[in-house]
Amino acid sequence: MSPTANGVALLRAMIRIRRFEERCAELYQEEKIRGFLHLYIGEEAIAVGVMQSLTPEDAIVATYREHGHALARGIDMNRVMAEMYGKATGTSGGRGGSMHLFDAKTRFFGGNAIVGGHLPLAAGLALADRMQGRGVVTACFFGDGAVAEGEFHETLNLAALWQLPVLFCCENNRYAMGTALERAQSETELALKAASYRIPAWPVDGMDVVAVEGAARRATGAIRAGEGPHFIEFRTYRFRAHSMFDPDLYRSKGEVETWRRRDPITLLTDRLRGEGAVDDAALEGIEREVAAEIDAAAAFAESSEWEPVETLARHVTSEAPS
Amino acid sequence: MSIVTLAEPRAAAAAPQGIRTTYRDAVREAVRSAMRSDPRVFLMGEDVGKYGGTYAVSRGLLEEFGPERIRDTPLSESAFVGLGIGAALGGLRPIVEIMTVNFSLLALDQIMNTAATLLHMSGGQFNVPLVIRMATGAGRQLAAQHSHSLEGWYAHIPGIRILAPATLEDARGMLPSALADPDPVLIFEHALLYNLEGELDAGAGAVPIDRAAIRREGHDVTLVTYGGTLGITMTAAGQLAEAGVSAEVIDLRVLRPLDTGAILDSVRKTHRAVVIDEGWRSGSLSAEVSARIMEGAFYDLDAPVARVCSAEVPMPYPRHLEQYALPRAEVIVETVQRMVNPHAA
Ligand SMILES: Cc1ncc(C[n+]2csc(CCOP(=O)(O)OP(=O)(O)O)c2C)c(N)n1
Ligand SMILES: [Mg+2]
Repeated sequence: MSPTANGVALLRAMIRIRRFEERCAELYQEEKIRGFLHLYIGEEAIAVGVMQSLTPEDAIVATYREHGHALARGIDMNRVMAEMYGKATGTSGGRGGSMHLFDAKTRFFGGNAIVGGHLPLAAGLALADRMQGRGVVTACFFGDGAVAEGEFHETLNLAALWQLPVLFCCENNRYAMGTALERAQSETELALKAASYRIPAWPVDGMDVVAVEGAARRATGAIRAGEGPHFIEFRTYRFRAHSMFDPDLYRSKGEVETWRRRDPITLLTDRLRGEGAVDDAALEGIEREVAAEIDAAAAFAESSEWEPVETLARHVTSEAPS
Repeated sequence: MSIVTLAEPRAAAAAPQGIRTTYRDAVREAVRSAMRSDPRVFLMGEDVGKYGGTYAVSRGLLEEFGPERIRDTPLSESAFVGLGIGAALGGLRPIVEIMTVNFSLLALDQIMNTAATLLHMSGGQFNVPLVIRMATGAGRQLAAQHSHSLEGWYAHIPGIRILAPATLEDARGMLPSALADPDPVLIFEHALLYNLEGELDAGAGAVPIDRAAIRREGHDVTLVTYGGTLGITMTAAGQLAEAGVSAEVIDLRVLRPLDTGAILDSVRKTHRAVVIDEGWRSGSLSAEVSARIMEGAFYDLDAPVARVCSAEVPMPYPRHLEQYALPRAEVIVETVQRMVNPHAA
């Protein structure tokens, strides 16, 4: 793909996630979506950029703020939306909801909602890949909050010790719920923590999707070449509240506004306009297509069936193959 | 390690071609044979390799299988249990050894929030064929932080199977069955059992992991127990027999899912039940067994269900206090005597 065409594809992918989540917020107000809903708005460049560096054989392990990752990975939007509703046609049969999107076909291992709890899982997948001689990468996404958990440190140490093919993607949006990074960490240069485990680590502008893609390609290239785990700190910001329950009292409007000026979608749109790669008509075309896809996804979720209560006890233990 | 002799329930019935072995060697043989027959199987945990295993279960395995498959881990319970989950998802059959149940609390998040939930949370897409083994129990004067019996807690969790091998056959045979299970299985090996000696059939292999076993037949009272307390329960049953009371002993073997049918069938025959559990009484597995008897066989009972559990104290260090805190054969005997003979002085 030419650089320009690639840029437009990245833009389209980010807009698709943004509009999907904006619709989700509306559907939440309409009480179609319930429970916890954590929007990724403002951070789309990370999922979109990193996915460019992954192959279909690679694995992804993400957090509860994973709608963007699921869509960028190529999971059908209808099934993602149905899962948000809790319908039987969802990615997890409705059992998971917004925080637990899973998809075996694309090696998408959640959707994990214990902060830091999925890092060992990612390293274990990588261990299995290494022991079975598969040259693939496991990309693990987590927030700045996870860095404070013991599981983060235990896993980075083990991954480095055993040279496991994991790409640690730290989405540093500066807050863990209402706790600002500097109120939680004695050392706020997060790459230094990974470096102390002898993991190559560096910070990247998480609002610049091209920079994200470049960094992820560099890291996955090294991992595939057998150079062990890599760690990238993506510096980003979430524009919306932590979840739909969050009154957002812990940061100033001014701070949010300042970061909104670095909106990854605006940044890339401006750049592509400057290069003559997109114009108003092209942008309108993207918006129209994306809106149609989201309408269809919402209609699909709306018309899908609920799982009957009679099958409540399914999937607690494996069913004998029939 | 102090040696406490425990009655070997099957010793009398051992087959003539049996070989003399220990519980420890039986577990090691189970690990070794699984690793020989399935290249996906590997063992991972603290000091399982160079040290040879805290209880010497894995001694010699590093030499046979090498460090890729006998993996020493750092002191990171949460991480290496979680790695086991990931490796199981990735197509391997990990056996994760947690040194003791006391330290498993540092991995409880992984066991409960990930291993036990993934299949359900993913709508049936991701099962976790992981086996976790750990030592459990008191009796060696290790005091309040190294003497827990928390298998009853784990038995609370849907999505995992909980096993408690109490015999040589089960020490040898539960592991291969656990490895064949598509879902997470936790195996609790009572630390006092590792030195248990007896005869094991030379061809011993996989055993069923879905039912309890009757270790002694009787008709006056049912003694329900598992794991480390099977020995004292058998001793108590022997003493009761001398006093003319016929006790049936049920070894639960599988703590989740409980074999309720086996318990109820026995109670319907004997009309009395005592549950013996090294865990603390409050909120325990013994409470669950008792409740199930009440729910399923209330009208068959001639006496309220009784329990013999550990005293509700953090385990004290001195031997006499520790022994007093733990279930004892004499307490089982007294409890049964009161039950069958309520009007005696
Ligand atoms: C172990 C654990 N502790 C607390 C929580 C509650 N919780 C959910 S999200 C969150 C903040 C996490 O922040 P971060 O890792 O930075 O991710 P972000 O939400 O910013 O994407 C907290 C405290 C949790 N889910 N898990
Ligand atoms: Mg954060």
